[in-house]
Amino acid sequence: MSLIICNNLSFEYDGIPAVKDINFSVSDGDYLCVVGENGTGKSTLIKGLLRLKKHFQGEIIYNPELSADAIGYLPQQTIIQKDFPASVYEVVLSGCLNSLGLKPFFTGKEKSIAKNNMEKLGILQIKNTCYRDLSGGQQQRVLLARALCATKKIIVLDEPASGLDPIVTQELYEVIHHINHVHKITIVMVSHDIKAAIKYASHILHLHNKQLFFGTTKEYLQSDIGQKFVGELNV
Amino acid sequence: MFELLKEIFSYPFMLRAFLVGTPVALCASLLGVSLVLKRYAMIGDGLSHVGFGALAVAAALNASPMVVSIPIVVIAAFFLLRLSEKSKIKGDSAISLISTGSLAIGVMVISLSTGMNTDVNNYLFGSILSMAQSDVILSLVLSTMVILLFILSYNRIFAITFDENFAKATGTNTEGFNMIIAFLTALVIVVGMRLMGALLITSLIVFPALTAMRLAKRFFTVTLNSALISIICLWLGLILSYVYSTPTGASIVVCNIVAFVIYSIIQKVRETIIREK
Repeated sequence: MSLIICNNLSFEYDGIPAVKDINFSVSDGDYLCVVGENGTGKSTLIKGLLRLKKHFQGEIIYNPELSADAIGYLPQQTIIQKDFPASVYEVVLSGCLNSLGLKPFFTGKEKSIAKNNMEKLGILQIKNTCYRDLSGGQQQRVLLARALCATKKIIVLDEPASGLDPIVTQELYEVIHHINHVHKITIVMVSHDIKAAIKYASHILHLHNKQLFFGTTKEYLQSDIGQKFVGELNV
Repeated sequence: MFELLKEIFSYPFMLRAFLVGTPVALCASLLGVSLVLKRYAMIGDGLSHVGFGALAVAAALNASPMVVSIPIVVIAAFFLLRLSEKSKIKGDSAISLISTGSLAIGVMVISLSTGMNTDVNNYLFGSILSMAQSDVILSLVLSTMVILLFILSYNRIFAITFDENFAKATGTNTEGFNMIIAFLTALVIVVGMRLMGALLITSLIVFPALTAMRLAKRFFTVTLNSALISIICLWLGLILSYVYSTPTGASIVVCNIVAFVIYSIIQKVRETIIREK
């Protein structure tokens, strides 16, 4: 079952084309990695998928089950969050906001969803800790738990490992893999860590201001562009 | 102490100052938490200067100060919010432009109409005597509205303050709630301006929130602390203003400075103890 299909998609920034001719689809259970160098339109595409930015041409077809409030999102950290006084629990619970509808307050249902997701990510024991006192890796787990609260289907992650040290990065990738594999959540991840992308992803979308490749990871490794890009890193 | 309080409350103008000031301080501190965390504190400053200009114009036209200033400040709030959202740096200088511009216009209008007199001083630094009976009712009505809206949108305000992109991507109407915050801020500033003074009303928004953040570690406790600090400092400030005949706004700000210093010292001590453990 396809969750998202993109046809001939292109984006502009102030009249300047950012990325164009994108054609791909995400199916239920996929782990799609969007790779490419910095400034080649990866984050722009993600903003488009999340309806934060309007596309210039082409179309995005969402599965009817996937309304705006059914996509989980792990954005890049902002400066505001670095010293934000909020407990882990408060942050995770705020992910349930989209299921509240017009109700002003959280009920037991949302609270148990939040608790469940904190348990999944191993952060239940620090639920009363202040977000700004956590390490970078713990902060990402908190934001991941929040993203899980917002969805049952798909999570979109924008460079989740940026700023983390190699060991913590590795742990985070394992957690994301676990969420995909065990909890059957579809993953769309922007990354410039091509090695991790090949290791974990089922599909690769390679962008360089236009689409260079889309297919399974296996096909990518056999393609010219894949071999060139992966090869460059090994040198 | 008890005698003093009895004496203070025997004056109707003091009673009015407490009645207007308390809800305004409460509302300002609640909105302040979100504004400070979003780095929007300067909007409050800009708005208070616009409010000063509006008050001056109202006085010159002999119109009701509230009727003139509320719409002007609300429009200015939406405009400043737009500017700040678009670009942080440009927004900053635009706010300076608007605040100094309105201040200058206000001063010009006053000196051409009534002349620079004690009224100007009261506008700028606040006066305990400025509250009329109608202000009390208006202040209570507006404050109730602000508090109700704040409580009902508390969870959404938290989500938008912490991470606007996430909130937007998962279907929260962030623009709408930003407008609500800007609208409420404008109302609080207009109502509180004559008590606190145009130059000092922003302190009610900024100080309690920053003080609370020294110690509180959860958004909820920051909000509660901020509200408590704000109200207590206002009360102490009003008493100070009465006893020493000092401008009301400045007296309240001084109390806020003291609270900030106390909280900062406790924070430092607590950090040292934790480190030594």
